[in-house]
Amino acid sequence: MTTRKSWAPYLFLTPAVTLFALFLALPIGYTVYLSLRRTKVSGLGLGKGSKREIFVGLDNYVAAIGDGELWAGWLRVLGYAVLVLAVMLGLALVFALMLDAARVRLARFSRIAIFLPYAVPGVAASLMWGFLYLPSVSPISELFGVAPLSQSAIVYSMANVAVWGGTGFNMLVLYTNLRAISQDLYQAARIDGASELQIALRIKIPILAPAIILVTVFSIIATIQVFTEPTTLRPLTNTISSTWSPLMKIYRDAFVTGDLYAAAATAVVIAGISLVLSFGFLRVVKNHAFGEA
Amino acid sequence: MARARARAAYAPLGLAPTGILLIGSVYCLFPVSWVVIAATKTSGELFSSSTFSLGTGFFQNLADLAAYREGVFWLWMLNTLLYAGGGALLSTAVSAVSGYTLAKYRFAGRNLIFNILIGGILVPAVVLAIPQYLLFAKVGLADTYWSVLLPQILHPYSIYLARVYAGAAIPDSLLEAGRIDGASHWTLLTRVALPLMGPGMVTIFLFQFVAIWNNFLLPFIMLGDDGKFPLTVGLYTMLAAGANHPSLYNLILIGTFLALIPLIALFLTMQRFWRTDLSSGAVKA
Repeated sequence: MTTRKSWAPYLFLTPAVTLFALFLALPIGYTVYLSLRRTKVSGLGLGKGSKREIFVGLDNYVAAIGDGELWAGWLRVLGYAVLVLAVMLGLALVFALMLDAARVRLARFSRIAIFLPYAVPGVAASLMWGFLYLPSVSPISELFGVAPLSQSAIVYSMANVAVWGGTGFNMLVLYTNLRAISQDLYQAARIDGASELQIALRIKIPILAPAIILVTVFSIIATIQVFTEPTTLRPLTNTISSTWSPLMKIYRDAFVTGDLYAAAATAVVIAGISLVLSFGFLRVVKNHAFGEA
Repeated sequence: MARARARAAYAPLGLAPTGILLIGSVYCLFPVSWVVIAATKTSGELFSSSTFSLGTGFFQNLADLAAYREGVFWLWMLNTLLYAGGGALLSTAVSAVSGYTLAKYRFAGRNLIFNILIGGILVPAVVLAIPQYLLFAKVGLADTYWSVLLPQILHPYSIYLARVYAGAAIPDSLLEAGRIDGASHWTLLTRVALPLMGPGMVTIFLFQFVAIWNNFLLPFIMLGDDGKFPLTVGLYTMLAAGANHPSLYNLILIGTFLALIPLIALFLTMQRFWRTDLSSGAVKA
């Protein structure tokens, strides 16, 4: 560890800090700035100078919070997120425990197969499942007795795409953590007559708890920002509106209806919600991973 | 103890894990294997033949895709390689140098800089993509390669991983020895630190490569000219244009199939580098 005074560390960190300033700090500041402003049209709105940008304080936030469409989007995404998180993380945990089980066969093949969807872009995953959801292409709709792209099933169909894409990565994180647990612990439990199931429930899962919390919070942040899957599935069905998720509404406000200020305020609200949820995560990471810092 | 082991050997659960994992594997391989088969079907076969029977139209689909808008698909493929390859390379370099510096130097503001950089993990992409677009537009760089490449170089989680890896893989004694021999900071970085961080850098490169390859939101917002699109945005626009023209479905499906090949190849050949934990300091096979 170098303790001498030197310019070297600052020089070495210049690229990262510069990129941070330009592509993180500046855009965040600009979003907050925009969220406090609005275009004011004077007169008939014709001619130069009739449109001015003015400071409006928290008006855009009041509008964002009072926007029924946005709330409907939040509710949809909440239902979707609960579904995705429960199934995806549940499966990831079960698969990780199974990979780590004493007498499993073909573990290497299964690990690679289940992790494979990680290498598939969300757009491609949505396309593949979207086509499979079409009754004329695959028997899935007959199998479940309901058209996957219909109003009643669309949330489940979308959740399936996310679960398919996300389970493998979370499984790998949990499995990596499981592998770090000392085998002696299991040996002692086995001598005491514990079954593999009891070892999983009483030893592995409690030790795994911090890792489970970590992947949960990461998944929450990713899930409430859902954009790619509904956007890609939209051309295949008329059950997904252009404001299905809050993120889609931001996109529409900014680029379709051209209301940058509303989009900025909504973006800040989403960031705030993510940030609140992330604080728990940071605490966990600080205690467990940054211990050597 | 022998009895306990014998019981574990015959425990009914021994079969259950294998069975559950195989069911999971089938679920995960199902859409990918279907798209491989669907890519061989003609437009008619897609809707008439049974889901998992091979079609006869693979080469026709390939030719049609190559002809689609004067071969723009190949351009998307090249663009994606450029964004993912260039972006991941730059990202790995920045992460490795930053991680090494934060792990091995003590200096005023070290923890502050680290915490600020890491805080970037928590910022949702959406808060960034739209203002990034507006700012790029202000300097006339919206709808350019730079607008997709530059914002993806800084990756806070990679800096965190690089720091953990550098901490574990580079012995302080080696740096101290180099310093006593009069090596400069630059020499220590390029001759001692970075070579030792090699395996960790491969892992960071791979995760970044996949992240950029799979990114949809940023290029979707930044780009308007379809000659600069990556595959994700290109395939999306094909679908958006072709949703009402089932004759385009074949092109979309073979395009999806082709888009998966490079990543899956990378994925299967680099198995030992796909790790989520770099703290042990060495990559095990």
